[in-house]
This record gives sequence, structure tokens and C-alpha cells, in this order.
Amino acid sequence: MPSLRAILIWGALGLAIAVPLAIAATSPLLAWRQPVYIASGLAGVLAMTLLLVQPLLAGGYLPGVSMRRGRAVHRWVGVTLVTAVVAHVAGLWVTSPPDVIDALLFRSPTPFSAWGVVAMWALFAAALLALLRQRLHIRPRIWRLGHSALVAVVVAGSVVHAMLIDGTMGTLSKAALCALAFAATIKVLVDLRAWTLLIRRRA
Amino acid sequence: MTRFTPNRRTFLVAGAATAGAVLTTGASGLLVPARAKDISPTQTMRGGANNYIPGAPIVDRIGGGGFWMTGTVRRVGDGAPLEGARIQIWAHTTEGHERDERSHGATLTDADGTFRLEMPQIVPAFGQAHGHLAYDSGSFKTVFLRPLMSSPNDTSLNVDFVLEPA
Repeated sequence: MPSLRAILIWGALGLAIAVPLAIAATSPLLAWRQPVYIASGLAGVLAMTLLLVQPLLAGGYLPGVSMRRGRAVHRWVGVTLVTAVVAHVAGLWVTSPPDVIDALLFRSPTPFSAWGVVAMWALFAAALLALLRQRLHIRPRIWRLGHSALVAVVVAGSVVHAMLIDGTMGTLSKAALCALAFAATIKVLVDLRAWTLLIRRRA
Repeated sequence: MTRFTPNRRTFLVAGAATAGAVLTTGASGLLVPARAKDISPTQTMRGGANNYIPGAPIVDRIGGGGFWMTGTVRRVGDGAPLEGARIQIWAHTTEGHERDERSHGATLTDADGTFRLEMPQIVPAFGQAHGHLAYDSGSFKTVFLRPLMSSPNDTSLNVDFVLEPA
């Protein structure tokens, strides 16, 4: 029998994910978009919701998910997150190639594009670091500092990217999701003291 | 979520600013073409040429209409209105994507340098509600514009061109 606290935490997480997705999936703007454009938009919203899930898993904040199991799920959510971002960009490319090329080359007239592209590259780097960590025997200090710094860029960039866009997400649900993802990321970085290894070395 | 969310105050401020600008320019004689020697040419905007299709046909209306793209075309220097300048217009609307040929059309300016083309309602795409306009033919330098709508609910957009010789 799960505790009331567990029910509340899981319920809140479920709502934080389901509400923005539901609002985006029923946006009036979808009536004037082709399926591939709709799918790429929703992939972006999904990626945004996963940015909330990732720090919760990494910090072991979800009741019933042990730290060890949480890390394993964190890896698979990471794979899903990278896939969602690739689908987001690929779908937008199919919808309007010149706009996406402009964004990737940092010459887009839309200010939110650069934030999204920076977040994308930081995400790829964070994932690559995780992938190569054991193969290349990357030292824990480098690994934790690197992964933490990169995901901080991912979350900050994605939040600004999302907030500046006039798109399918509802303004309120988008702001709430962004605030939660940002807060969860800060909390896990503080709790895991991502920078301590650096300080200990210097001391 | 937009960078610009219009409310009563922004409309009042914008209205007052426009009125002020019209008063000052009118008073200083800038509205008289022969004396407007310092108007600078309109520069191509970043992303302005995206999804451009050369040679879109001159049409009475793009699709079913309901939205008005309006503006003026003048030449640099004396600011004289240009008649018969061909302006191409396209956008993501309720009837199609920017890339769709049916979303494109062109019109010619009248003797007073103004143009007006009815088109379907522009809707936000790629994060912003915006239109595309091009001056792409004749003896002046090509200009591609990508103006933003101050609100996705606007039913018109006004765009002014000042062209320089090619």
C-alpha cells in the first residue's frame, strides 16, 4: 500500500506531464498544420516533460524507485529524450528546411532558436559523455562535473526556448512545467553537490 | 507565449507614438516627398527569403481571403511613390503552409505607391505569427521582409518598402 506522500508525488508528476501534453495535443493551431509539423511540435513538448523526469530520477526523489533503479531508468529516459529532440528538429526540417538551417547556423531571426540549438548540442554532449564514460574510463570528477554542467545548459536553454515560443503549449502549463524542471534540476545539482569533487581537489 | 503580448496599455502607447510620429513628420514636412531626402532604404530581414518561390503569379486575392496585407513602396532619396512595383506575399495561413504554392501571390502598387492584397488569416508558425514579402523584380534592389504581427489575432499587417536602385 503506497503512502499518501507517494500518491501525491506521483500524481503531481503525472499531472505536470499530462496537462501540457494534452493542451498541446488539442491546440487550435493544429488545425492548420500538417501531421509531420504536429508530431515535431509534440516531440518538443515531450522532451520538455522529460527534462522534469530526469533530475527526479537522478536524485532518487520518486517514491518506490531506488537510487540504483532510478539511474537505470534515467539512462533510458535519456535515450528517449535524445530521440525526441532529434524527431523535433527533423520534423521541423521537413516542414520548413530554410528555417531550420537558419536556426542550426545561428542566423535565424527568431531569438528562441539559438537557445534551442545550444540546448540540443549540450544534450547530445551530455548523452555522449554518459555513453563514453566507462569505455574511456572517464574519471568520476570529470564525469559528474561535465554531465552536471551540460544538463544545466540543457535545462536553462530549453526553458528560455520554450517560453519565447508562441506555439501549441498553453502559457500557464508551459510556465509551470518549465519552473518545475528548472527547480528539480537545481535541487538535484545542490543535493548531489555536483561541484564538491572540484573543491576537494583544490583544498 | 510571445515576447510581445498586447494589452490595452500597449495599444494606447503604440497609438500615441504613431500619432506623435505622424504629427512630427507631418509638421517637419517629411510627408512631402520632394523634401524627404533622408529616408533610408529598407534592408532585407534575416529569414525574409525563406520558402520564397520566384515568379508567383499576380492574383486578385490569395485563397479565400479575410486578412489584409497592405503597404507602400517608395524610392530612396526623394521618397517618391513607385507605381507598378511588384510585391510578392506569402505566409503560413489557415489555408496552407509557407511552402505551399497556393500560399503565394503577388500584387502591383497603385499610382500612389500603395498595395493591398487580401489573403487567408496568418497563424503562428515556427514560433511567431509572421508574413513574408518580397520586392523581386524591376530596376530596384531585391528586398525580402519577414515582419512580425503584434498579435496573432490581427487581421491586417502593414509593411513599407523604400527601394534603392540596383
